Amino acid sequence: MNWSRTFTVARTDLKQLVQAKDFWMPMAFLGSLFFAIVPFFLLITITRIGNVEVVGQISQALDALPDAARAQVRGDTPEAQTGYALAVFLFAPVAVIVPLTISTAVGAATIVGERERGTGEFLAHSPAGVKEIYLGKLIASLVPGYATTLIGFGVYSLIVNLVVGPKVGGWFFPTAQWWLMILWVLPPFLAICLSLVLRLSAKVKSTAAAQQAAGLVSLPLIMIAYSQSTGVLFGAGYVPVIVGALAWAIALFSLHRGVRSVTRQRLLGVAGT
Amino acid sequence: MLGAQLRILLQLCVCSPITQSVTRELIVDLAAVSQWFGDVQALADLTIQVPKGSITVLLGPNGAGKTTAIRMITGALSPATGSVRVFGLDPGTPDGEQVRSNCGVVSAKPSLYDRLSGWDNLRYAAELYDLGRNADTRIREAASQFGIDAALDLQVGGYSTGMKTRLALARSVLHDPELLLLDEPTSGLDPESAVSVLELIRDMTGQGRTVVLCTHLLLEAEGLADEIAVMQHGFNLLSGKPDELAQRYWPTPQLHITAVEGPELDHVANSVGVVSYERESNTATVGLQSLDVVPDLVAALVARNVRLTAVVPFIPTLEDLYFAVRREQGTAADEITPPSNTTGRPVRRSRVAELAR
Repeated sequence: MNWSRTFTVARTDLKQLVQAKDFWMPMAFLGSLFFAIVPFFLLITITRIGNVEVVGQISQALDALPDAARAQVRGDTPEAQTGYALAVFLFAPVAVIVPLTISTAVGAATIVGERERGTGEFLAHSPAGVKEIYLGKLIASLVPGYATTLIGFGVYSLIVNLVVGPKVGGWFFPTAQWWLMILWVLPPFLAICLSLVLRLSAKVKSTAAAQQAAGLVSLPLIMIAYSQSTGVLFGAGYVPVIVGALAWAIALFSLHRGVRSVTRQRLLGVAGT
Repeated sequence: MLGAQLRILLQLCVCSPITQSVTRELIVDLAAVSQWFGDVQALADLTIQVPKGSITVLLGPNGAGKTTAIRMITGALSPATGSVRVFGLDPGTPDGEQVRSNCGVVSAKPSLYDRLSGWDNLRYAAELYDLGRNADTRIREAASQFGIDAALDLQVGGYSTGMKTRLALARSVLHDPELLLLDEPTSGLDPESAVSVLELIRDMTGQGRTVVLCTHLLLEAEGLADEIAVMQHGFNLLSGKPDELAQRYWPTPQLHITAVEGPELDHVANSVGVVSYERESNTATVGLQSLDVVPDLVAALVARNVRLTAVVPFIPTLEDLYFAVRREQGTAADEITPPSNTTGRPVRRSRVAELAR
C-alpha cells in the first residue's frame, strides 16, 4: 500500500473539482444556504424582531423535548429559549444532509467518470494499485462534503453565538453534543454512504445512472443519519459515543468490502464487467 | 592477420540473424492467450513474442484484439487461458506493479484530464510512477522532447488532437520505461503530425526501448516495424520479420509490366528466366529467376512491337504482405479498413492467368 499514490489520486481529483465551477458553485450555495442564510434570518427574526405569538407557539413546542434536552436550554425569556433550542436542536440535521449530499454527488461520478472520459485507461495501466485508487477516490469524495461541513459549522457557530449568544448570557455554541456529532458521528455515516456510492460508481455504465442510483441509496442513509444525529443531540452523554462507535464499525466493514468493487477491468469499462 | 580474421569471425557471429534470434531476450511473451468479454471472444490462443529493443507492430482491422493484447501486457486485464510474461514476470500477479512501472502506454484515446493543465497531467503521472525529486526535471525534458513544453500551462481541454497526442507520448516516456505500448498513436492526426509522431517513435527505439505499436494503418507501420504480427478475430495469423515474411510470400523477384494492349504481354510467360506469370487487364505480374533477365524481356517485347507504358520492379510493401496473408487465410478484403494505396501498384484481386512454362 503506497499512501503517496493514494493522496496523489485524491489531490488530482480535488484539483479537477476545483476547476469545475459548474459543480462546486451549487454545492457552495447549498452549504451557505443551510449553514448561514437560513439560520441567520430565522434566528434574527426570533431573537430581535420577535413576533410574540409565533415565538410563544415555538416555546410551547419546547415542552415536547426530552427532559435531558430541555434541561440544557438556556435563557430567561421565551425568545432566548426559543433561539437557543432552534440553534442547538433544529439545525442538527443540516450538518448531516449537506455533507452527505455533496459527497454523494462527487463520489457517484468519480470512477464511472474516469471510464467515461477515457482516463480510466491511464489509471488501469499505471502502477497504482486498485486499493490505492479506491482510497484516493474515497478521500476525494469525502473531503468536499466534510470540508463544507466544517467550514459551515464554523460559520454557523459564529452566527449562532453572535445572534443568540447575547440573549442567553454569552457564547454557548458548539455544545459538547455538537462536537461529538461533527467529529465522531458524522464521519462514519459519510464513510458508509461513500462506500456504497463508490461501489455503484464502479459498476454502473454512466455518470447519470450513478447519480440516480446513488440518490436512491443515500436517501435512506440520510434519513438514518438524520434520526441518529437528532438522537445524539437529544440523548444522554453516552449515546453519541455508542452511536458513533457502531457507525464506525459498519463503516470500516463497508469500506473494506468496497475495495473489491474497483478493478482495472472496470476502470477500462470492458464489456461483461 | 589471425587476429583480424578472428575479429571478423566474431563480428559475423554477433551480427548473424540466426544467432540473434536464438539469444535475443524476450520482453513480452504471450503464449496461447485467450479472453472473452461476455459471449465475444476477444483473443483466441494469441501468441506473440517481442524481442528486446525491437519495434513490433500489431496489424489488424478494428476488433482484431490489438488493444486487448496491450491490456494483457500491462496486466490491466488477465487472460482467461494462456500465459503472459513481461520482463519475465506475470503482470496479473502482485509483480504487475513492477511490470507497469516499466511500461509506458499511449492508448487510442489520449486518456488525459481535460480540466487539468498539461503540467498537472504530467505531474500526476510522475507522482504515480514515483519519480520523486526528479519529477520536475523529467517533465520538462519529456515535454521538450515532444515539443509540447510551451503549452504546459494551458488546460488540456483546449489542446488540439496533435498536442494531446504529443502530451500523451511525453507522459508515456516520463518514467523512462523499457517497454512502450502505443495503441493507434496517430489516430485522428493530420498527415504532417502523424509523420512527426512516427519519427518520434523511431527516435525512441534508437534510445534502446522496446516498442509495441498497434495500428490498422499499413503505411504507418511501413519502414518502422522490425517484427509484425497480423491479427484477426483475436488470433495471430502470422508473425515475423517483414523481410522474411515477404520472402515467404514472394520467393522470387517480381516485375510489373504494363502495356497499351494487355494480351500482347502474354508472350512473356514463355520467356527464359520467367517462373510465374499473371495478368490483370493491361498489367502483368511476372515472377523472375533474377532481375538480370529484365533487359532481355523488355528487348523481346519491344522486338514484338509491344507498346510498353511501365516496367516496375515489384518490392512488396507491408500492405501487399498484409493482403497476401489475409488472402491466404481466406478472409474477405472488404472486412477490413481499406488502406490507401499510394504506391500506384495494382492490387491483385483475382488470378487471371497462370501459365506454366
